[in-house]
Amino acid sequence: MTVKELSETPGFKAICLPDPERRIEGGYCGDLLSWVMGRAKASQAWVTIMSNMNIAAVATLCDTAVIVLSEGVQPDSGVAETADSRGINLISTDMPTFEAAAAISKLI
Amino acid sequence: MNESIRFTFNVDGSNFTTAGQASVQVKKNLRELGIPPEAIRRVSIAMYEGEINMVIHAHGGTAEVIVYEDKIVIVLSDRGPGIPNVELAMKEGYSTAPDNIRSLGFGAGMGLPNMKRYTDDMKIDTEIGVGTTITMTVNF
Repeated sequence: MTVKELSETPGFKAICLPDPERRIEGGYCGDLLSWVMGRAKASQAWVTIMSNMNIAAVATLCDTAVIVLSEGVQPDSGVAETADSRGINLISTDMPTFEAAAAISKLI
Repeated sequence: MNESIRFTFNVDGSNFTTAGQASVQVKKNLRELGIPPEAIRRVSIAMYEGEINMVIHAHGGTAEVIVYEDKIVIVLSDRGPGIPNVELAMKEGYSTAPDNIRSLGFGAGMGLPNMKRYTDDMKIDTEIGVGTTITMTVNF
């Protein structure tokens, strides 16, 4: 599925979608950025509660398809703008990380 | 490509939120040069970890990336406090990062191990009170 399709799924909400047609191929959950960076793969949906500016760099370097902020977490000030300018898709959901990952897994 | 291409960056040690700019730029530059994607991923992740380390521990430094015909060499230099025990620092999970850094998702003790994992060769030259230079090579 595409990132846009995920953003239109009930329970998920787009924060910024500079690359809406990007396809999601798998997913990764994690909040320790070094751990994520060592393991997340390109084109995955990355589900995290980390909301600081460094997630934009990690997503860029890992080339993930989308960052999904779970548990109702909102991005810190300036993160959405930076993500948008770097072509990083950002989606939020109130679902806990486990439920968000399970939902994405069913959809892709 | 017979001659090497060199990129040099200053890593600003004062702003943690902008850390990673050099790595992101290197990724872009390497893409433009047509370097294989997996090599780009390895270089940019190893370099980002190094950048973060320089910001956390050494108030910044310099990063140099040299692109050869079949390999990329990354040289990260700082004038920080040096690493007292390299063997310990290389252990996954060992970290001396402060709590405020941990709350941002770093300081998990994965930096140096990730740098080693993602490169074909890594050499650490460090001297207490003088600084640290890490040289990493990625073959492709």
